[in-house]
Parts: sequence; structure tokens; C-alpha cells
Amino acid sequence: MSRHIIEVKNLHHSYPDGTVALKDVSFRISHGESVALIGANGAGKSTLLQHLNGALMPARGSITIGDVPVTKATLAGIRRTVGMVFQNPDDQLFMPTVNDDVAFGPFNLGLRGEELEWRVAAALAAVAAEPLRNRPPYNLSGGEKKRVAIATVLAMSPDILAMDEPTSGLDPSARRQAIALLQGFQHTKIITSHDLDLVLELCPRIIILHEGEVVADGASLELFNDVKLLERCRLEQPLSMQGCGYCRKALLTH
Amino acid sequence: MNRITAALLDLKRLELLAHGDSSIHRIHPLAKTVVVIAFIALVVSCNRYQISALLPFAVFPIVVTSQSGLPPVFILKKIILLLPLLLCAALFNPIFDRESMLQIGSVTISGGWISFFSIQLRSVLTIGSAFILIGTTGLNAVCQALRCLGLPAVFTTQLLFLQRYIFVLAEESARASLARELRSCGNKGQGIASYGSLVGQLLLRTFGRAERVHAAMLARGFTGELHDRRARVFKTADLRFVIGWVTLFLIFRLHNLPMRIGSFVTATFP
Repeated sequence: MSRHIIEVKNLHHSYPDGTVALKDVSFRISHGESVALIGANGAGKSTLLQHLNGALMPARGSITIGDVPVTKATLAGIRRTVGMVFQNPDDQLFMPTVNDDVAFGPFNLGLRGEELEWRVAAALAAVAAEPLRNRPPYNLSGGEKKRVAIATVLAMSPDILAMDEPTSGLDPSARRQAIALLQGFQHTKIITSHDLDLVLELCPRIIILHEGEVVADGASLELFNDVKLLERCRLEQPLSMQGCGYCRKALLTH
Repeated sequence: MNRITAALLDLKRLELLAHGDSSIHRIHPLAKTVVVIAFIALVVSCNRYQISALLPFAVFPIVVTSQSGLPPVFILKKIILLLPLLLCAALFNPIFDRESMLQIGSVTISGGWISFFSIQLRSVLTIGSAFILIGTTGLNAVCQALRCLGLPAVFTTQLLFLQRYIFVLAEESARASLARELRSCGNKGQGIASYGSLVGQLLLRTFGRAERVHAAMLARGFTGELHDRRARVFKTADLRFVIGWVTLFLIFRLHNLPMRIGSFVTATFP
């Protein structure tokens, strides 16, 4: 079976304070798919994403990556397969220089010497961050940090990319750059985002979460046309599907 | 500018100075670290009533600062910032040690005052040399050198994380403090009570961040140790740097040069 497949079955998670974050979540994502997990704040998106590489363990239900179940025994392999890009790049970049940070993962995988340097160079090139390689992460702009955070994950050659809010906090140009970058990746992608226009551009399929449950799973265009469903889940159509508000206003006044 | 933000920019500047290129910057970090450790050990080991014997040691920070192109005023400011703490450390010496040790004209100076100035001088020399080491080498390379010298990885890893996250935490503190200031309308706000909850909030946020950082590290195969992947060659020039400076420090330590020069001058020109 391909390592690029994610299968979540009847997943349930509650936090130690008793808050139920996920209720009976099930879905299957196959090789090369690009899927967005969307939902209002507190719907359980980030919690679900954290289960995919074992940062959180299933309390009930199961997750299988390829044909390997996510358990404590399989964590090392799972983490190599699923690359996780965190929402806040400051959580992800902890080494003294960009170069050291990108090398951190592949070094832990056992790469050394030229092979390691090649891997680092390739990952930095993929996100156009070569000029940043000797800079300390705290001195980068938000967009640069985000690109480097993606490079740190790419350097581990994952089969699946899991990304939490890949464009949050970016200026329009950095956002556009990030979208173009993600469009170029051939990996299986699973993305959480409130940027529904990004979702429309990147992901042909969406899974809508509401209060910890999957309420819809289907083609993006189709679900984004169901305004009632979106309203019920405290979402709305992507701006690009809402028509031009300025023109509509102009028509009404004439 | 918010004081926390200003202090932060200053800290970043010290770290960025290490990216410079000079004959001192090019010396192997291990060599520089060994020399600074020897310097600190020999300065600290001087008798507590010594002042004159300490003066020749100032050659090291002066020469290294001028050779490396570090801004001397910047380093001096950093040392002055720590002066209140140093003054506190030796505050009670003049009070408890009143035995007179030196007579200059009609003025009698007690042992307490001499040891007080000796402590200040030693602190300025050792703290200055530590700043110079970081400014010419960078904390990362110093940590790797300390690791080579046998310091357990747990300490060097902690130091590196401290350096990385002090900026993140300080930025967060600066934002929280600014938000408090803006809403206290030039008054004291709710005074110490509001600071209490602000610090508590920061602590809780730090815990949360620590958990997220740890998760990010585990996701990339972290097993408990940060590895050094750069193998820098220790050259003959590095060895010469160590032997030269350590020999000089030993001469300074074993012979009180200012005293000898003074005796020589008074003997030659009585």
C-alpha cells in the first residue's frame, strides 16, 4: 500500500479538562490528494492535524498512514512520513541559524556530510530561501519565517504534508508566494485554513468540521455553493465566489 | 521605544557582531573559549587585596576588542548595565573589613575598600571578556566549544534554547507590557497587582509555547541532543593563540608586573 494514504477511523479526543475536541471523526485521503480541513474556531482542526503525526495520540479510534497505524512504537516512521508545518513558525524554528534549523531533521534521520548539505540546499531552494541560510530565525520577517518553516519539513522528504494555517499573518504578496509554492508540491497535502480562497485554489476536496464532528466531506466547489451548510458551520463562501461587492453596491444605487 | 524592545535590540546586536570577519573572528571557537576560561580563572584566583596585579590583565580585552573591530563603547555600556549588581556584591566589604592597609598622605584606606575595588575590577575584566567572547564567536559556537570541553549536553542545549527563545519571550513581554501601558493612560494602572497577573499570563503562555516547540522538535526526529555538524579544523594559528595568551596570563598572575616596575624605577632613580 502507498505511504501517501491517510485513513482516520472513528477518532475521538477529549482534553484533560473534559473538553471534547473530536467526536467520531472518519475519513480517507488517498495518494496525491490535496484536502482542506475547514471549520470555525474551536471546531477541532488543529487537534485533528496534531493526531496525524502522533503529537496527540488517539484516545479512541485509529489513524493509519499507508499501512502503518499511529502508535507509540511506529512514531519515528510516521513522523518521517508526515511532515508537519506549524501555524506559528516561531514554534518550529528553534536553531541558531536557518541552515542549522533546516539540517536538524535530516541530521536526526542519520544524514551526514555532502548528502546532508545537498538536502538542506535543495529544501532552501524549493522555498527560495537560499540567501537566508546564515541568518538567525529571530531576524526574519513573518513571510521568510514561514518559508523557512516549510523548508525544515521539506528537508525530511515527507510523503505527506500537514499544514496548519499556512498563510496566517502573511502580507498579500507573501501569501501569494506561499500559495504558488504549495501548488508546486506533489505531496499528499492536508491543510487547515480560514483563508477559504486559498482552499479554493489549492484543494479540490474539503472536509468541514463543526464542534468536533465531520459534517461534510466532498468537492470544494460543491460544498462552497451550499450557503446554508456554511452558515450552520459559522463559515461563508470564499470572497472570490461572492461576486464583487463594490459592483453589486453600484448596481443597487443606480 | 519600549524599554524591553530596546534591550532586545541590544541583545540581537551582540549576537550579530559575531558574524563579523576579523583575525579574532576567524580563530577557532574552542581556542577562544579556552583562553577566556583561563583568563577568568586566573583573574578570579588573585588575592582579594590585589589591585595592581590585575591591571596588566586589561591588555587582553583591549587588544582583542581593537583587533576584532567590536565597538568598545557598546561593550562598556553592557558592563555598566551590570555595575549595580557588582556594587551590591561587594557592598559590605568596607563595612566589615575596617583594618587599615594603605596610607596615602593623611588618608587611611581600609582593607575593605581595597577588596571592594578589587572585586569591581575583577568583575569588569571577566564580564568584559565574556561579552567579547560572545561578540566575536557567537553563543552557538561557544556552546559547541564547551561541549568539546566536556560540559554535559543538557546544559549547552538549555543555553542555546535560552538564546533562541529569550527573543520570542521578550517580544511577547514587550507587547503585553505595551498593551498594559496604553490602557493605564500614563498612570500606574493597577500597580503591582496588574503586573502579577501579566507575569502569570506570560508564564502560562511560555508553558504552552514550550509544549509546541517540543512537539515541533519531536516531529523532526529529536532524541534529546543537539548535534554539532560543522567540523572546523583546529589550526596551528589557533594553538599559537591559546599558548601565547595563556602564557602571558600566567606571567601576569605569577609576577606582579606593576609592582616590579615600580620597585625597579624607585631602585634606579632613588
